[in-house]
Amino acid sequence: MSVKRVMGLENEYGISQPKDSSANPMLLSTLVVDAYANYVYPNQKIKWDYDLENPLRDARGFDASREDADPSLLTDEVAVSNVILTNGARFYVDHAHPEYSTPEVFSPRELLVWDRAGDLIINQAAKIASENTHEIYIHKNNTDNKGVSYGTHENYLVSRSVPFNKIAQVMTTFFVTRQIFTGAGRLGAGVVDVENTFQISQRADFFETLVGLETTMRRPIINTRDEPHADPNLYRRLHVIVGDANLSDVANLLKTGTTSLVLGLLETGHFENFELSLAEPLSELRKVSRDLELNQKLKLTNGKSLTALEIQYQFLEEVSLKQNQNNDLDSDTKEILFWWRKILDLLALDKFHAAEYLDWVAKLKLLEEIRKRDGLDWFDPVLQMLDLQYADLDPKRSIAKLLERNGGLFRLTTDEEVIKAVKNPPSSTRAWLRGQSLLRFGSQVAGASWDSVIFDVAADKPLVRVPTLDPLKGTQSQLEKVFAESTTAAELVTKLSN
Amino acid sequence: MTEREQVKSTSQFHDEEAVSDLKVTNAQTGRTDELLDEIDAVLEKNAAEFVKGFVQKGGQ
Repeated sequence: MSVKRVMGLENEYGISQPKDSSANPMLLSTLVVDAYANYVYPNQKIKWDYDLENPLRDARGFDASREDADPSLLTDEVAVSNVILTNGARFYVDHAHPEYSTPEVFSPRELLVWDRAGDLIINQAAKIASENTHEIYIHKNNTDNKGVSYGTHENYLVSRSVPFNKIAQVMTTFFVTRQIFTGAGRLGAGVVDVENTFQISQRADFFETLVGLETTMRRPIINTRDEPHADPNLYRRLHVIVGDANLSDVANLLKTGTTSLVLGLLETGHFENFELSLAEPLSELRKVSRDLELNQKLKLTNGKSLTALEIQYQFLEEVSLKQNQNNDLDSDTKEILFWWRKILDLLALDKFHAAEYLDWVAKLKLLEEIRKRDGLDWFDPVLQMLDLQYADLDPKRSIAKLLERNGGLFRLTTDEEVIKAVKNPPSSTRAWLRGQSLLRFGSQVAGASWDSVIFDVAADKPLVRVPTLDPLKGTQSQLEKVFAESTTAAELVTKLSN
Repeated sequence: MTEREQVKSTSQFHDEEAVSDLKVTNAQTGRTDELLDEIDAVLEKNAAEFVKGFVQKGGQ
């Protein structure tokens, strides 16, 4: 069992134009995405290929009807700015936010790097778009504290052999309790009438059901959207919408790494008699998010009570036990186990020991320091500003980036590898084929999606669609030679089809 | 043994790089007034108006 699996992250960024409060966010998002598309591909439009998308496919085994669906669910019908980047990512307008979906990767560390690359891309895009208008600001957070939330979604390819009910049962407890390290911190509680108290998660207050298909309303802890973009007989895609947007490398790495390990355990048939089911997951989601001292007991269905930290230790011990039977652990798995234990140990000692690793603790520590120094009340706008500006992605203004530069927030990545990931795809998945096709033969790529690349090989020939249904086919090691030996798109297509 | 070292010894990860990273962070834990000054310098001056104006449309 390894932490490695096909996975991806999606961020909807907050967008605003402070000098013009009447600015339309859809228009701003379009400006930003189009500005970047024109910058990367000055002479052409590369179409997103929707042929294989089915956003109404439900993991419970049925399709929702198109007529009954909320229009926001029909992600395949909206004709908006939508571009595939040379790093294999998708950059587009979703509702009223610019969104970046990382390319598919095969490890949490790759995911961290390509997620950070997205932060650079959106920041650059906003900068270019701002050349002809007032400055556009981008925030990597999940709420405006005025009733609205926007998402950070995780995607994991999971073996179809695990019953969905089992996934829902185990992962509900896991998602409720992992907030203690994934939380981005929020100065505010509630949805509409927001109170000025600090809580661990940006997202916790916006969830109303346990299991469901929707993502913009009646949000469920377990989302059932099931488009695997892979062989549906072998895999499902677990679409996780309950997570926060992380600025901290350690939190971001742990969010996907620990989730992947628990899914791995599920795939081995573990948890047959799962004893950590929560009695009231929805209220416990909020309870954990407000438990800054990490000592509140959560009620389990078997009558016992445990804290979120104790439950996380149990997950860690079960994963570790399984790993101890395995003599040749890969370094990616070792790294996640190391950080998982280290962070839980630090939180158990004193949460502020984790301040240089976790967003919510780093933010809380700063808020406390400035509040005490200046004698401020919790509702002082300066503190709210600090909460907001922590997630500003402009390096001149971002408090998270300032902390990173001062050693106040620990880095696991280098600028060099992140800058490289802005342009280049990960080597480990089909994203390599997609990205390399664009890098090498961009002028002859008519469109692409997760499942295909469409080539326009010659003016007098029909378009050629190269299907990429297996996320692990099209990697660098498989295709490097084929690309090296192809001088035209036509040659590449011929070689790929042989 | 400091708390931090105890934490280190209970962990199962012995990658050299990570251990040397731990030493670096040990030296950096002292928070100075200078950091708060730096934050003051970049923090939006018109906080009340900025926070009030930050209104988003619903998302996923």
